[in-house]
Amino acid sequence: MAAEKRVQFRNAWLPWVLLAPQVVVIVVFFFWPAGQALVQSLQQHDAFGTSFEWVGLENFQRLFADDTYVASFKTTAVFSVLVAFLGLAIALTLAVFADRVVKGAGWYKTLLIWPYAVAPAVAGVLWLFMFAPSVGVVSHALNRMGIEWNSLLNSNQAMALIVMAAVWKQISYNFLFFLAGLQSIPKSLIEAAAMDGAGPWRRFWTIVFPLLSPTTFFLLVINVVYAFFDTFAIVDASTQGGPGKDTAILVYKVYYDGFKAMDLGGSAAQSVVLMVIVVALTVVQFRFVEKKVTY
Amino acid sequence: MVERRPLLDLISHLVLILGVMVVAFPLYITLVAATHTADVIVQAPMPVVPGNHLLDNLIQAWRGGGDGAGSTAPVARMMTVSLVSALVITVGKIAISLLSAFAIVYFRFPFRQGVFWAIFVTLMLPVEVRIGPTYQVVADLGMLNSYAGLTIPLIASATATFLFRQFFLTVPDELVEAARMDGAGPLRFFKDVLLPLSATSIAALFVIQFIYGWNQYLWPLLVTTNEDMYPVVMGIKRMISGGDAANEWNVVMATALLAMTPPALVVILMQKWFVKGLVDTEK
Repeated sequence: MAAEKRVQFRNAWLPWVLLAPQVVVIVVFFFWPAGQALVQSLQQHDAFGTSFEWVGLENFQRLFADDTYVASFKTTAVFSVLVAFLGLAIALTLAVFADRVVKGAGWYKTLLIWPYAVAPAVAGVLWLFMFAPSVGVVSHALNRMGIEWNSLLNSNQAMALIVMAAVWKQISYNFLFFLAGLQSIPKSLIEAAAMDGAGPWRRFWTIVFPLLSPTTFFLLVINVVYAFFDTFAIVDASTQGGPGKDTAILVYKVYYDGFKAMDLGGSAAQSVVLMVIVVALTVVQFRFVEKKVTY
Repeated sequence: MVERRPLLDLISHLVLILGVMVVAFPLYITLVAATHTADVIVQAPMPVVPGNHLLDNLIQAWRGGGDGAGSTAPVARMMTVSLVSALVITVGKIAISLLSAFAIVYFRFPFRQGVFWAIFVTLMLPVEVRIGPTYQVVADLGMLNSYAGLTIPLIASATATFLFRQFFLTVPDELVEAARMDGAGPLRFFKDVLLPLSATSIAALFVIQFIYGWNQYLWPLLVTTNEDMYPVVMGIKRMISGGDAANEWNVVMATALLAMTPPALVVILMQKWFVKGLVDTEK
């Protein structure tokens, strides 16, 4: 971070003028609200929002004593693990094969990357439609096969629905990074192993996969962040946290408690918990990025 | 190609084709559903070949006013809102990040590191974790249901500032010295040397940020209560009420097609910059 230009301009006011728009926006819309979240998490507001009292850490105690919040943590954990694992495994498989083929590689790439452009909310609607109990194509086919599909009633199926939609949207991103990672592995290493008689399967696990580990780790962090924060729209569009609260991930709960149930203190405390999670994930990510440079 | 393995090549193509098919399946279903009438779709199973009502459905979605169970607002207005917001967010982000990166890299001034870290920290505060208080700020400023409310809180971007900072650091110092010798001040240097050099980075960021702006959902959900200011991504969700047959799925799917087209076109047509943008912003 200490990188500097040897030649710099000197001017007392110009840099501040240049920085002003950015600084104003981050102070007004980032630091002030984040500070407010911290303050509010220590307060208890009445139902009309007209008065409040300081309650210390009571909001947090209440939060972790609340079974639905603990359940939401578990839901988020299950959801993130599934999304990250499936998203990475599928994308890696496709990338390994795409790296192999010569003919049509460009076409496969183009045909695989477009879901990145689809909004999470639209993705949620599309998957909801395919699996809708009464009209969906896939749910109908499943019913024919004797699997009764109703994501409005069955919470495992609702979870499966949001996992599929979230993975589908994220495959493009993972695929591009895996492909770039695979293409940066020196071909001479692979050729040397081939000459020594190692087959493709063995080469993948002993050479390619270990050399790819920085990319994999980076994507793992990105995918967990994605599952935690960017999937709100998928959940809201397809299951709305239901059935019951069985697919209410943490971000959904912050929104629901703050804007539907109007529990400001509780919602602010949840915001603070989420901030701690993001900070932890960001620190992990940057420690790793520093290491990657030497690799 | 390390060695010849025709069987493995065949498997590679099969796996990739299967992957492409699975990935494209939801799009195909959307397309098919958008070409039938509502009556045909509710008689499960819906047909798997396209019908001939695509234009009718697109027009109905565009104009609004059907008889579905959810919202029936015109999509034309939503598309306008989405386009304006996405462009303002994209251009705004790129503009303020270029300026702040220029200041951080090319000037020496007090608190420079402090400012740099302040921008850096915002990376850790996605809108999802501070929705309540940010909403209050926007409400207090009277920006609910306005383009300002939809866009300004989203245009501060640490990612873009970093990308430009990284890029500026690679620009040779000789260029600044030459510009100085020719009597050019900092702003002249910025406009005539740095901006043209940044064209590729700007294009790459444009793709990424346009998609980011177009696909916003949670934020519009909070700051808009007036149907006139709903972006299409949020509008489409309001058209469905549960997963049942009361929805006009044909119109919903036509809307989905409309909502997907602009960002998908940007990704496919600007693929080169898209990939560069993704890889660069994550460095």
